[in-house]
Amino acid sequence: MTTTQSSYNGVVPKAREITTQPRFSDKVFRFVVTSGGFTSLIILSLIAVFLLLQGFPVLRDMGFGFITGFEWNPGDVDNGVPVQFGIGAMLIGTLLVSVIGLIIALPIAVGTALFLTYYAPEWIKKPLTITVDLMAAIPSVIYGLWGFFVLMPHAVYWAKLLHNYLGFLPFFKMPADVFERSPFIAGIVVGIMIIPIITAISREVFSQVPLDRIQAAYALGATKWTMIRSVVLPFGSSGVAGGAMLGLGRAMGETIAIYLVLNIYFAPNFQVLFSAGGNVASLIVSKFGEAGDYELRGLMAAGLILFIVTLLVNFLSNAIVKRTSRTGK
Amino acid sequence: MATIDYSSVKPQKPWRLDSKQLAINGGVFLLAVLLTPVVLNITPLNGKLGASFIFVVLATIGNTVLSIVRQGFKTISTSIAATFIYLATALVLLPLASVLFTVASKGITAVKLNTFTQDMRITNPDAPFTEGGALHAILGTFEIVLIATIICVPLGVLTALYLTEIKGRFENLVRFLVQAMSGVPSIVAGLFIYTVLIVTLGINYSGIAGAFALSILMLPTVARTSEEVLKLIPNDLREAGVALGATQWRTVAMVVVPAAKSGILTAVILGVSRVAGETAPLLLTILGNTTNNLNPFSGPIAALPLYTFSLMKTGLDVAISRAWGGALILLTLVLILFITARLLSGKKR
Repeated sequence: MTTTQSSYNGVVPKAREITTQPRFSDKVFRFVVTSGGFTSLIILSLIAVFLLLQGFPVLRDMGFGFITGFEWNPGDVDNGVPVQFGIGAMLIGTLLVSVIGLIIALPIAVGTALFLTYYAPEWIKKPLTITVDLMAAIPSVIYGLWGFFVLMPHAVYWAKLLHNYLGFLPFFKMPADVFERSPFIAGIVVGIMIIPIITAISREVFSQVPLDRIQAAYALGATKWTMIRSVVLPFGSSGVAGGAMLGLGRAMGETIAIYLVLNIYFAPNFQVLFSAGGNVASLIVSKFGEAGDYELRGLMAAGLILFIVTLLVNFLSNAIVKRTSRTGK
Repeated sequence: MATIDYSSVKPQKPWRLDSKQLAINGGVFLLAVLLTPVVLNITPLNGKLGASFIFVVLATIGNTVLSIVRQGFKTISTSIAATFIYLATALVLLPLASVLFTVASKGITAVKLNTFTQDMRITNPDAPFTEGGALHAILGTFEIVLIATIICVPLGVLTALYLTEIKGRFENLVRFLVQAMSGVPSIVAGLFIYTVLIVTLGINYSGIAGAFALSILMLPTVARTSEEVLKLIPNDLREAGVALGATQWRTVAMVVVPAAKSGILTAVILGVSRVAGETAPLLLTILGNTTNNLNPFSGPIAALPLYTFSLMKTGLDVAISRAWGGALILLTLVLILFITARLLSGKKR
């Protein structure tokens, strides 16, 4: 006993100071993590700044014509051909293909989401959900290959049917008999690619429908479909809208798959079955290889516009989805 | 007072069809199948499309009649809706099955043993399959994806830690930006890296440029999935760490992150599977190559998606078969990653 006492010999460790101040190691930790957290902000703003800096000369020279113009011509100084860069047709084409994709994908995706939440037997739900997620993991170059070699022959046949029976509609008219590589086919490919995104979000929203409302509907004598129509769809509609917007944003940024199945044509074309379409991302891929310095700057300006448009669509869709999931709880 | 053991009580499902009704359902389905060719002959429709259209219409009619007989006229919309919901699910599975089947059947003819041991430096794209291979592309993909992972994972995990551990003033802004970043088109990421590294800094086309582009696309996936996982770590663990006198730094590093280890690994694998198949950004940053390039810091380099893409663009029959082979290898790689991630995350929950 005495030995232990003597070993301390008055050297009592000092009581630790009690403070609410974080320690030095924590200050470093918080600083590092916070700066790491801002990576996304830094990258997003760097993308905007660099593309703007590089593309600025073209944007300045072309003015609004860059967005409204339809011609893409690097010019020929010797023969007096003026430089003309305008991505109007490409923007229209991008929108057209994305909207066709959305029209195809939305009903299928919502139907699948309803199946997964309300119709499927319990044992099939999980494997089927994973299968649908798997669709999102398939690389777009594979969708492009498949779209070109497998889907195209079928899609051309469907396009001919549409033209034959619904040809009186203005957008199903054909200026010439070329059905290959049309916005219609690109729209189908993109639609297939965005189905898993819309399905995942719709399924999430549908599964959040309060059980008491569902049971109330059944107690009032609703069948499964009348329950879905009066409870699930009104509850999930804005979530589905957000998912659709997210899919639209993805479709607008899709590059390789569209490049492989769409014929790029520098004039606005609303005849969706005809082999002429536009796409900003595909424009960049197709012109990048042979572009000179000034044309390259034009492509960067096009990339900037694409970046801004997809970012806006994304912001909007995230806001919609977020608002729904908040009111859902 | 006797207590009822509710776990042993089986819920009754009076709405479930009995075997006789199921047999009738099957009979109606069979009738629709059998009537399809008959109707096909009568109507002007023809081909597979016509047949499937007629089948869908017949099945819908049969199903509807059945439910009218059983439950009255008010259930018409219910049975029609059910048919369309089943149809929608079939329409999702159809293209997926077609993609997997085509890639497997067309790709397998072009994948030989030498595909994994040789590159294309002395082989023409349209030479027989016994010559040349995709070794350079496989190696390139591994190099680029590995470097992208090394760049991206610390940043992604830090972002997730900021969102779950620090919960700073900008939490919502950062979460919003990460979500916005997941929508950045892949071509824009490639174009950005091209302007920064190749135009501004004067670095040549190289694996590292491709890796930077891919890490931009990978970051949101890693950050969001890690955030989900870190959120699932019970707060008790954090409180226990702090109560034992650990600083926040030591709590996070020695308790929270180790507890979320397998989840973070899942996040990384999901991120890798997201970018392994990207083509467009690589087109602008690594340019592609026909020979092995083991140095990712200089010179053009090949990658599987780019190999597939450029062979397809040649338009030669044999080269396109090679492209299917490349697609098969790529798809197998992505599927392995995807299944690994699912198994890892499935074990946890």
